[in-house]
Amino acid sequence: MTADLWRLPAAELAGAIARREVSAAEVVESHLARIEAVEPEVRAFITPTPELARAQASDVDRRIAAGERLGPLAGVPLALKDILCVDGVRTTAGSRILGEFVPPYDATVVSRLREAGTPIVGKANLDEFAMGSSTENSAFGPSRNPWDTTRVPGGSSGGSAAAVAAAMAPLGIGTDTGGSIRQPAALCGVVGVKPTYGLVSRYGLIAFASSLDQVGPFARTVRDAALLLEAIAGHDPRDSTSIPDPVADLTATIEDGVSGMRIGVARELVGGEGFQAGVTARVREAADRLAALGAEVDEVSVPTFGYALSAYYLIAPAECSSNLARYDGVRYGYRAAGAADVVEMNSRTRAEGFGDEVKRRIMLGTYALSAGYYDAYYGKAQQVRTLVIREFERAYERFDLLLSATSPTTAFKIGERADDPLAMYLSDVCTIPTNLAGAAAISVPCGLAEDGLPVGLQLMGPPLSEATLLRAARAFERDFGFLPAPPLWGEGAP
Amino acid sequence: MALTREQVVHVARLARLALSEEELERFGRQLSGILEHAAQVTRLATEDVAPTSHAIPLVNVLRPDVPGECLAREKAISTAPEREQGRFKVPRIMEEPQ
Repeated sequence: MTADLWRLPAAELAGAIARREVSAAEVVESHLARIEAVEPEVRAFITPTPELARAQASDVDRRIAAGERLGPLAGVPLALKDILCVDGVRTTAGSRILGEFVPPYDATVVSRLREAGTPIVGKANLDEFAMGSSTENSAFGPSRNPWDTTRVPGGSSGGSAAAVAAAMAPLGIGTDTGGSIRQPAALCGVVGVKPTYGLVSRYGLIAFASSLDQVGPFARTVRDAALLLEAIAGHDPRDSTSIPDPVADLTATIEDGVSGMRIGVARELVGGEGFQAGVTARVREAADRLAALGAEVDEVSVPTFGYALSAYYLIAPAECSSNLARYDGVRYGYRAAGAADVVEMNSRTRAEGFGDEVKRRIMLGTYALSAGYYDAYYGKAQQVRTLVIREFERAYERFDLLLSATSPTTAFKIGERADDPLAMYLSDVCTIPTNLAGAAAISVPCGLAEDGLPVGLQLMGPPLSEATLLRAARAFERDFGFLPAPPLWGEGAP
Repeated sequence: MALTREQVVHVARLARLALSEEELERFGRQLSGILEHAAQVTRLATEDVAPTSHAIPLVNVLRPDVPGECLAREKAISTAPEREQGRFKVPRIMEEPQ
């Protein structure tokens, strides 16, 4: 059994560990061996952390031997996006400016993962400061899609998604500001959840756009994603935007099905210009499948969502330009050498430390917030944000959930969109409305397109609808089944 | 809308980015394209619509004013590129006196 432990989903592994059929140490070793075998092809990690994982695993084994009852994921390996601080472990945010940064404290999510006993096998690759849709903006080079290593895994949390898809860990943590969990989940054929804004603490998360950033789970099954979200969710007094209410039970109703559930197909986010035919076909089939399972499925038009992308690419850069002002070469990170005065030091540090996409967004945000343009750009974008929220509210008078594609296309070739920022931004057209509304959404695999690559089905819900979203996604998964394993898995079913 | 070179230089200075000539030209061109797309937001009639800065509003997040655990000074500044006597060290800010 031990040799193929890496093939198993998280809940199964945790059960075997709790029953002492296998040790957490054995589970971790199986995944570390798996990482050694496939990481050279996938490049999911910036910093592998095998010693941290081994120490956490032996702690889990010791506590189980002592008769302690641990959480439902104890001993299950996890890939952590390298934008969450881990005390004493290099945390880069995919940037040269934090290339040698070693945080002196744990993010709250990391503290919760330590309590849950999920050994962290590595800090996963990402687009620099989570700005991008492909991981090509990482200062450490792109990750590869396990389905086709000439293609991107999506982004920005592409390393975490690729690690889970390639079975280097059954669990991953990402962050989603405009789709950065859901889009890579779709492109890599795994499950990804963007929780309601404020459900998961942002303390110790390196900030990109603070009114949009949210941490969430990756897994290969809906149940595993639900268990991981339960482990990290909940109020944190260290994050003033954290929701104070207790977290709903996310697994109690997960098998309850979609009978009578009202699901609206968001017409503009399923097909049309820019949508790959195979994506539209799989998503339409998924809607039919949910209807066959007893959901009341109908079409809904959401024209305002067409403006969400434009609003997002003003709001997110504006917040980014403000948040990233802290990288001044004084308190942490890189400092350019030999500057005559402090302004020259600041300006050269930032020019040498940031990559192109980060510089573009800082410039865009600085411009949108500058005197004379604030009302025309940032002010209007915030008004559009209100209109997007109203459009959701109108739709939720008729429906419990909305359904769409997660990404308009399957995974694209590395380099294909690198020189055209606007084309890259269009990758996020289906995911951005949820971030603007602070709401919740999930991406679940719904088949392969005509090119043999995974397609993600997106289900969107109002704030704090996670239990309903997970229930609908699980109903779909239970009936549809799972994708075939990507070629990297070799022989044998997942 | 196309940004002028002067505007790009001005924004780079505000953002404290020492950009090369090549970057000024390239970013200027790319930002013009992105802004043209972003300007779609101005096409929606939004005169009476209140702006949203935060989708999940919480007001008056308070806590008791009790000191808690915090990082020790040496640990807190351990990440700084240059430090001296328990403080961050920066290059000269003021001119030398004449």
